[in-house]
Amino acid sequence: MPELLLDGRPLRVADGTSVAAALALGGDGCARTSVSGQRRAPLCGMGICQECRVSIDGVRRLACQTLCRDGMRVETRP
Amino acid sequence: MSEGRAADVIVIGAGIVGAYCAHALARRGLDVQVLDAGLPGATAAGMGHLLVLDDNPAELALSEYSLQRWRDLAPELPEGCAYRSNGTLWLAENPEELAVAEAKHAVLSARGLACEMLGAQALRETEPELRDDLLGALKVTGDGIIYAPNTARWLLESDPARIRRQRAEVVEIDGNRVRLADGTWLAAQAVLLANGVQAGTLCPELPIVPKKGHLLITDRYPGKVRHTLVELGYVTSAHNATGPSAACNIQPRPTGQLFIGASRQFDSVDPAVEGWMLAKMLGRALHYMPGLGDLNAIRSWTGFRAASPDGLPLVGEHPQRAGVWLAVGHEGLGVTTAPGTADLLVAQLLGETSPLAPQDYSPQRFFGDTAHA
Repeated sequence: MPELLLDGRPLRVADGTSVAAALALGGDGCARTSVSGQRRAPLCGMGICQECRVSIDGVRRLACQTLCRDGMRVETRP
Repeated sequence: MSEGRAADVIVIGAGIVGAYCAHALARRGLDVQVLDAGLPGATAAGMGHLLVLDDNPAELALSEYSLQRWRDLAPELPEGCAYRSNGTLWLAENPEELAVAEAKHAVLSARGLACEMLGAQALRETEPELRDDLLGALKVTGDGIIYAPNTARWLLESDPARIRRQRAEVVEIDGNRVRLADGTWLAAQAVLLANGVQAGTLCPELPIVPKKGHLLITDRYPGKVRHTLVELGYVTSAHNATGPSAACNIQPRPTGQLFIGASRQFDSVDPAVEGWMLAKMLGRALHYMPGLGDLNAIRSWTGFRAASPDGLPLVGEHPQRAGVWLAVGHEGLGVTTAPGTADLLVAQLLGETSPLAPQDYSPQRFFGDTAHA
């Protein structure tokens, strides 16, 4: 059961949970804020649409293509 | 509408060239009907790099004049047009390219254009993301960037009383009349062809060929790159090659995203992104900016430049079709040279003195007795 930090708050999830699922479980479901200030959420779930770009340990990743790991820092706000 | 006069001028093509011409004609009090089929072209796909190019005197005159017109227009442009005067850095990797940079510097300086040579150390300080063994760069200060699709839209919306727009495909031109796909005929005093690579479909006699280009955009990395970064090999490898070629062209967007170009292919009209070409293009960019590999790409796409045999556009009256005017064949420089093209076109259409020598861009050069010499 990995525990990650989602926007600074601890969140424990089941093994095999994607970061996209963790966003829905522990946050507002969104991965980032767009240039025009809108919150943006995962859409296709298969690594194509690029909507779920999120900062994981300081690096931009696709939330739907990344599995949660213990100690991971996930940040959806700048 | 059955056959009748649709406007003073019918413009075919709502890309940046057609939009600028429509805008300029409307400012002179003419009623303009703009027809666009929504077919893929260059404006919606390109980088929107505004740059002075000096491959020949006519290209330099047209791009220099047009850059100044963009700078004059800049205060009026809404933020959505994303105009920035961020300058171009022409990167020199070896002594030959450094010599090209210095020659370019001499040509541009002689015309009073703001530019300066950066040595290796100054270049490293200006753009730290670049590889650290480059010999230097030519900085062209007055170059810029613009988001061409929004700018074309803004130009077309600038005068709703005089510019009318219609989504329609023209399937035939007969002098100053055009036939739409639904069979309707529209007539005007003049018909202006400004539809880039599609021009050959309506006028097969025009020497326009498509040059396919790939482009890629990254996620946002604000501040990583400031200037548009172009390898000097661009002048030799991209412009003068006949086979597929790629050159490093990295442009920072106001959002912090990076445009990565540029590729050229002569033999394809297939809009599909081709992995091998994309890889070759990214390889060039990586060669100059090693850290690029750690950034995320979001999308890639293609577009088609309308290239003429001598690299200069065709601006003026069609030599063989009365009533038909041309503003086509801008290749990769249509966004830059749209203002100059519009001024050239309007001056000739209204019989006024042109601000640029019209014969250098006259379509006649491909139709005269010496055209095949």
